Amino acid sequence: MSAVLETRDLSKQFGGFIACNNVSLSIEAGARHALIGPNGAGKTTLINLLTGFLEPSAGDVFLKGDNVTHLAQHQRVKRGLVRTFQINQLFAEMTVLESVTLSVCERLGLGWSWWKPVGAHTAAIDEAAELLATLHLLDVAHTQTRSLAYGRQRMIEIALALAAKPQVLLLDEPAAGVPTDESRELFATIARLPREVTIVLIEHDMDLVFRFADKISVLVGGALLTEDVPEVIAKDRRVREVYLGEALDG
Amino acid sequence: MASVKLDLAPLRQAAAWHWAEYAFWLMPVLAYFAFGENLSLLSQIAIAALFCLSLDLILGYAGIVSLGHAAFFGLGAYAAGLLAKYGWGDPLLGLAGAAAFAAAAGFVTSFLVLRGSDLTRLMVTLGVAMMLFEAANKLTDFTGGVDGLQGVEVKPVLGMFGFDLYGKTAYWYSLAVLFVMFWLARRLVHSPFGLSLRGIRQNVGRMPAIGAPVNGRLVVIYTIGAAYAGVAGGLLTQTTQFVSLDVLSFSRSAELLLILVLGGTGRLYGALIGSMVFMAAHHFLSDINPQYWQFWLGAALVVIVLFARDGIMGLLGKLPVPGRKPS
Amino acid sequence: MTVVFDGIASGLLLFLISVGLSVTLGLMNFVNLAHGAFAMLGGYICVVLLNRFGVPFLAALPVVALVSALVGVVLERTLYRRLYGASHLDQVLFSIGLVFMSISTANYFFGAQQQPLQLPPMLSGQFNLPGLDIGVYRLFLIVLGLAIAFALQWMIAGTRFGAQLRASVDNPRAARGLGIDVDRVFVLTFALGSALAGLGGALGVEMLGLDPEFPVKYIVYFLIVVAVGGSGNIKGSLIASLIIGICDVAGKYYVPQIGAFVIYAVMVAMLIFRPQGLFGRTAAK
Repeated sequence: MSAVLETRDLSKQFGGFIACNNVSLSIEAGARHALIGPNGAGKTTLINLLTGFLEPSAGDVFLKGDNVTHLAQHQRVKRGLVRTFQINQLFAEMTVLESVTLSVCERLGLGWSWWKPVGAHTAAIDEAAELLATLHLLDVAHTQTRSLAYGRQRMIEIALALAAKPQVLLLDEPAAGVPTDESRELFATIARLPREVTIVLIEHDMDLVFRFADKISVLVGGALLTEDVPEVIAKDRRVREVYLGEALDG
Repeated sequence: MASVKLDLAPLRQAAAWHWAEYAFWLMPVLAYFAFGENLSLLSQIAIAALFCLSLDLILGYAGIVSLGHAAFFGLGAYAAGLLAKYGWGDPLLGLAGAAAFAAAAGFVTSFLVLRGSDLTRLMVTLGVAMMLFEAANKLTDFTGGVDGLQGVEVKPVLGMFGFDLYGKTAYWYSLAVLFVMFWLARRLVHSPFGLSLRGIRQNVGRMPAIGAPVNGRLVVIYTIGAAYAGVAGGLLTQTTQFVSLDVLSFSRSAELLLILVLGGTGRLYGALIGSMVFMAAHHFLSDINPQYWQFWLGAALVVIVLFARDGIMGLLGKLPVPGRKPS
Repeated sequence: MTVVFDGIASGLLLFLISVGLSVTLGLMNFVNLAHGAFAMLGGYICVVLLNRFGVPFLAALPVVALVSALVGVVLERTLYRRLYGASHLDQVLFSIGLVFMSISTANYFFGAQQQPLQLPPMLSGQFNLPGLDIGVYRLFLIVLGLAIAFALQWMIAGTRFGAQLRASVDNPRAARGLGIDVDRVFVLTFALGSALAGLGGALGVEMLGLDPEFPVKYIVYFLIVVAVGGSGNIKGSLIASLIIGICDVAGKYYVPQIGAFVIYAVMVAMLIFRPQGLFGRTAAK
């Protein structure tokens, strides 16, 4: 397998604080790759660097072999690198169908089209509706996003990303704050995504991580501690120390 | 998943014309006959409505706050005035010139409002408008300074309809321009482009993550908004055959915000209704006493912000009218 | 040199008026465009006290500050506080509403003309040094302005109230949890800002003039101070005021045809080139 997303010596400093320290990571095409680490390990910073939300202090990001370090966020999305957010980033006053249609329109390059109404772009709407169907969101298609329960909003967070047809999907704690039964459904949905979609997952629930991931990278203090298949990570003494240490302190 | 059981009509037909809209556009026609002696006021309303529409596009849809939108109104007014003064008195040509001039200024200054908080934007737009005001104030050779620009001679519309003393041509001309511009804006806000603007206003952080180039969108809509304001300014010049320095004044920008908030932001009809109510109130109240007028204007603003943030359209939206569809 | 001296005087005047705006903006995150109205209020109170009741100028100043503070408290309790969490746009609209109301009220009671103000003999006149004409009143402004600036800096950085204020702004909920009466802190801050604005308005009648359009005419200047100095930053406001005062006086003196253009250009340039440095911080950091 070949690397679809790669970082080389990626670093980010905020003043004197090093949030990301020489991280060289290689995500293989089709992987289910988890990023774990205690709070403040720099997981979200890493996602922000990968997607271009932050500019790295040093190092490079490669997407499908191309150096994308200096591409803007939306340009990386166009190349298939899409993320979700740890804290919902939704369009509160739009209906669910409108939000997803918006995302589909952007992917289809309709974002500049201003003459025909949205409703006349049948292909975009149909695609949005199909996506809602696969995510079991049809019943709320015409409901305003802000009036939905948190668990459903979390699903829309993912729907917006999927509408962009990602080749690499970065999920930043997709189930954060979602009740257990709903989070199970959410992960079932993620697990059903086709293998062409490479998934990078940040998650705190270790059960979920070990069940879902085929490779795990452990970040501590902004640096890569180790990286391996789940079975090895589970036995790794350093990883246990990091987590046990945190458990004992906290 | 070929057939999805979902009624797509609400989205498919969101852009269709509603009966209330047809009724709305009958009003200015009826007003011509009902208030025939007040045509200049009616023209002013149409111009204010167009100006307000321009702010609604950038503020109500794209979420760019501006405390200096009069800059583009004023540029359009002076552009149309100067064109007419120096021999290009054809009204439509004048409007095109006003639009182009204001759009160019809008394009250049749009880069100043791309980044920064609301507060920065408010102050930058205010600063730009004040700079233009000062410039117009000092460049007396061009603008006439505080005395205003005189000698504006506008030719007949389409070479056929001369501007008359009663303001009939002025009214129909302003109304027609308003309608065409409104119709274009209406198309725009219902399009995918318009949807993306709403996306930017509601969550600017998410837009790049679904592949939308936010800065590009903002530059374009700001430029369009400036062009709209320029046309409104040009209309004022052509219908009054005069440009006074206050087209660029701070109070004009501030009043504009008030009108839009009064009518309701993010709804095209909010801009129109706000202008109607405001201009009518202005006309009748300032007849009584101009200073009281300003007081009540201020009081209205305070009350709206505190109690009726959605404006008139928001209040109308709460009425149980069957089949109502805010646009 | 005289230009610089006059510039410093007008800068300190500007500082007195704007520092209140800087504080409400930086510490309470409230865009109060009606700030100039408090200055205007101070100006009118001063004029009335002097011209109608014959109160001496120096005795009138504390009264002015007190009354402005009271008006500030009343407005804060009844209106402003409702908008602390609101968007900046709402705050701007609201305060523009107040500006309009204040303009027409001033018009109603005092008319549109400039208000005269007779300075006491001990503050008028000037003395001359080689290459420098020093107006006594300007010297007075400089001394008073600097004294107030240092007092403020000491209050924010060195007193218990200042610490409470910074805590309240940083995290109101945590501050409440610590037993700080956040509401009271905000009221007092607002009162202080209003008092300083009123005082500045009274002191400024002689230099800036006083008419009902005052709040609109000078609001840009106050905003520039905040923009350049950084909101909620006393030292920054002081430096910015001085720069602007000097630039403005020098600009009007040497290149009168450009007029106020320079000042607006400075503001826009400042906002463009250092927007985050200006607004991306709070005073506590």
